[in-house]
Amino acid sequence: MTTLDETSPEVPVVLNDEDPGEGSTEVATGLGGLNKRVLSWGLVGLGSVFTVGGVLWQHQFDHSGVKDLPIIIAMIGIGLVVYGVTGLLSRGAATDVLTFTPAKAKSFALDNAIILAMLGFVVALCIIKPNFMQVNVIADILMQSSPKMFIALGVSFSLIIAGTDLSAGRLVGVSAVVVATLIQKVDYPNKFWPDLGEWFIVWPILIAIGVCALFGLLNGFLVAQFKMHPFIATLAVQVIAYGAVSLYFAKPPTNGQPIGELRSDFTALGQTKLLEGENWAWLDNWLGTNFRGLSILVVYALVACVAIAFVLNKTTFGKNVYAVGGNPEAAKVSGVNSYVTILIIFVLGAVMYAFGGIMEAARTGGATNNYGNGYELDAIAACVVGGVSLAGGIGKVKGIIIGVLTFQIIAYGLVFISVNAYYQQIIKGIIIAVAVALDLAKYNRR
Amino acid sequence: MTDTLLQMNHITKTFPGVVALDDVSLTVERGTVHALMGENGAGKSTLMKCLFGIYREDSGEILLDAHPVVINSAKQALDLGISMIHQEPHPVRFRSVAENVWLGRFPQLIPGVVNHRKMREMTQELFKRVDLDIDPDTTAGELSASVFQLVEIAKAISYDAKIIIMDEPTSSLTEAEVGHLFEIINRLRDEGIAIIYISHKMEEILKIADEVTIMRDGKRVGTWPASELTTDLIINRMVGRELTNRFPPRHERRSDEVVLKVEGLTATSPRSFTDVSFELRKGEILGIGGLVGAQRTELVEAIFGLRGIASGTIYKDGQVIRNDSPKTSKKHGIALLTEERRATGIIPMLSVCDNTVIANARRYARGFVISEVQRHEAAEQEVRDLRIKTPSTDTEIADLSGGNQQKVLVGRWLLTDPEILILDEPTRGIDVGAKYEIYTLIQNLTRQGKSIIMISSEMPELLGVSDRIMVMCEGRVAGFLNDPSEFSQVEVMRLATSFMTQQSEKEAA
Repeated sequence: MTTLDETSPEVPVVLNDEDPGEGSTEVATGLGGLNKRVLSWGLVGLGSVFTVGGVLWQHQFDHSGVKDLPIIIAMIGIGLVVYGVTGLLSRGAATDVLTFTPAKAKSFALDNAIILAMLGFVVALCIIKPNFMQVNVIADILMQSSPKMFIALGVSFSLIIAGTDLSAGRLVGVSAVVVATLIQKVDYPNKFWPDLGEWFIVWPILIAIGVCALFGLLNGFLVAQFKMHPFIATLAVQVIAYGAVSLYFAKPPTNGQPIGELRSDFTALGQTKLLEGENWAWLDNWLGTNFRGLSILVVYALVACVAIAFVLNKTTFGKNVYAVGGNPEAAKVSGVNSYVTILIIFVLGAVMYAFGGIMEAARTGGATNNYGNGYELDAIAACVVGGVSLAGGIGKVKGIIIGVLTFQIIAYGLVFISVNAYYQQIIKGIIIAVAVALDLAKYNRR
Repeated sequence: MTDTLLQMNHITKTFPGVVALDDVSLTVERGTVHALMGENGAGKSTLMKCLFGIYREDSGEILLDAHPVVINSAKQALDLGISMIHQEPHPVRFRSVAENVWLGRFPQLIPGVVNHRKMREMTQELFKRVDLDIDPDTTAGELSASVFQLVEIAKAISYDAKIIIMDEPTSSLTEAEVGHLFEIINRLRDEGIAIIYISHKMEEILKIADEVTIMRDGKRVGTWPASELTTDLIINRMVGRELTNRFPPRHERRSDEVVLKVEGLTATSPRSFTDVSFELRKGEILGIGGLVGAQRTELVEAIFGLRGIASGTIYKDGQVIRNDSPKTSKKHGIALLTEERRATGIIPMLSVCDNTVIANARRYARGFVISEVQRHEAAEQEVRDLRIKTPSTDTEIADLSGGNQQKVLVGRWLLTDPEILILDEPTRGIDVGAKYEIYTLIQNLTRQGKSIIMISSEMPELLGVSDRIMVMCEGRVAGFLNDPSEFSQVEVMRLATSFMTQQSEKEAA
């Protein structure tokens, strides 16, 4: 507003007269500049080459030594095309000028260090054990990450307000036990509730979610009403929830035996495989491998990611979460109802853990009171590796997905090459420390 | 022509142990700028926080358009048409400017879902109205404090409020930006909006206000038309006594001994200061003047070892020294009182005693154990010497007034026995009476042979306290005023803007 350089008679001549949109601001000049649109088209082109190349390789050339690599290349190609197209559709695609300098390359490397390290790890795995390059391996990793995705998404809200939710793991156990006890096979003699009839499948699920939501409400109430630090409030609820669910679990006549023999319509919710079976035989043929199917859990996780991304980015509540986390004072003087925001944060989190617990019960066909033990710390670690700041105000679903997948790929990969399980712990710890150090370096730069 | 918009009648508010507001009444007319003045702790901000719903008054009533209203939260205040520009900007740093502006009232696509396109458009429209050229998608954290303050001002206006409270809106603005703010205020006044304007800057008040209410010690002193007031009258009524001299006399015996010499100092970061050279003599007060962004703070922080130096030399008593941390500067007898008292100076939850001795704790230690008795003796000594008003040395420093907090910080550094004391805006946010005491303290220190470097953005202070003035502009030394007899506001301003004019002339040519 108060710039000193008033319009002078000799404005630098704009060479690019044809495009007035660009001319007034910055013009892409020299070798260092690249229009975002050009880059996006480049991605689309590269992606198409990958896709076509992968498919050709798969069908026309020998690939016995590299397993499913051609298919994977084709999938990467499709990913690049999609990314390029979203780039083309985004605002500013035509005018944004991307420049490449060593400094930018360095900051790009820092910003994406975890992803780059993961890529390096995966490439190394593929070289050590070509068997890793299988579609089935990818499907396995996705399946195993899916329940964790729910926990991580749930805990991210409380992390964004510079809090945490230690009750996450135990609430997974609560929901798994509650749903399992209400949905055992009717004719099973050793039932938790011997006289229970066959309920409509929705009711046990809703009850499990409801019970968790109540615990979440308690979390939120303690934090909002008494300004208690979430660490303490949720620790209290964690302990209470475990005690309560253990009491329930230990009740006669089953006296604490693991709950099993769940109804098949319920277990199907967790065990169904997609793209597999008689109807999909052609896919196996086409792939040239025996594809064991994609777990339905992956679909749930995808839906959850989209839903939570929508809530965080597009809704008033989501933006209030960022404001309450980024600057509580600003939220207060702008008339944001922090109290209600905090309540919703913890209830929503608890609902996500409930889904996680239900998925675990359905997937394993049973439950005990120890389900979910320690999940909260894995979820928090995944969020933090994915760039959710413990200082509050920052966090994206994209990052959380990367965080969850990072840990899953490491765990799976290390087992795959038969590394001692205790090394996994060490590596996990190192990843957490390095990721957070890099993240802090990112914000302390300047 | 009286058209009363707001009446606050007999407002009383007590905090534990303190009567913050004692039967205060305030009447504000539509379409006027009503200044609220008083020393820190006089109750101005408390009164406004009652009006904005952050505090709840113990007794008294608020009438808006002659209707009694109850305001329990900021949201209610905003709904009633009262908005507020806060003294400290409140950016949500990692979110966009647009989101910051419309926080708490996002335009909705359907209930609960934000309409981003409309939010962008509304932001652009708003910024156009107040002549602000910022992309709504910019992340708030990327803006400087002063630019974000302009965003806050735009935000306060966007509520279409009947009353806008401005609590020291200009504390982080440059001169040109202040001028722009005044244009906006004039426009708002013409639209019939009432503005309650809190400031310590007399010149601003006399320029912009229609009426002035002065408060002292939680009570209202009175309300006068601005046209009937002068700076001296205002100060007089604020402190409740005649203040003939705003500045204590200078210490006249100057020595020629150079204690600190800086030669060709250039910062590591490219946009900071370049090629700065000056000398500081024993027992002298060197004032550093300049506009916001002249890199004065960065310069003294570099001398103190908080910032990197690309080239240049610092001599202390003729010896080259290398300061790479506050620890080494302390060893060389250099102390720095930072500009942001709250952020980088005091440790609010600790006592006066802890805050006083913290830079020097080891001196009171036997092995690993710190002697409570010696610490308290030292702290009490400083409290006496500096005339710090505090119930005891065990009081939490946060409970002290701004002026007394600043004195504690001075005391902290005096305990390290420095030869050179660097003061960065030593009286910012301190009331007039306490300022005089700080000035006296500074003059006394020079009498003891200490040398002072003082950064000040308040022109009268710079002219009234310094023995010599160095003026900086855009990171370079623009010139020196070597004798108090040649000091003038005009000359300092000319130097402070000298390179800017050259540059814009160059651009025009």
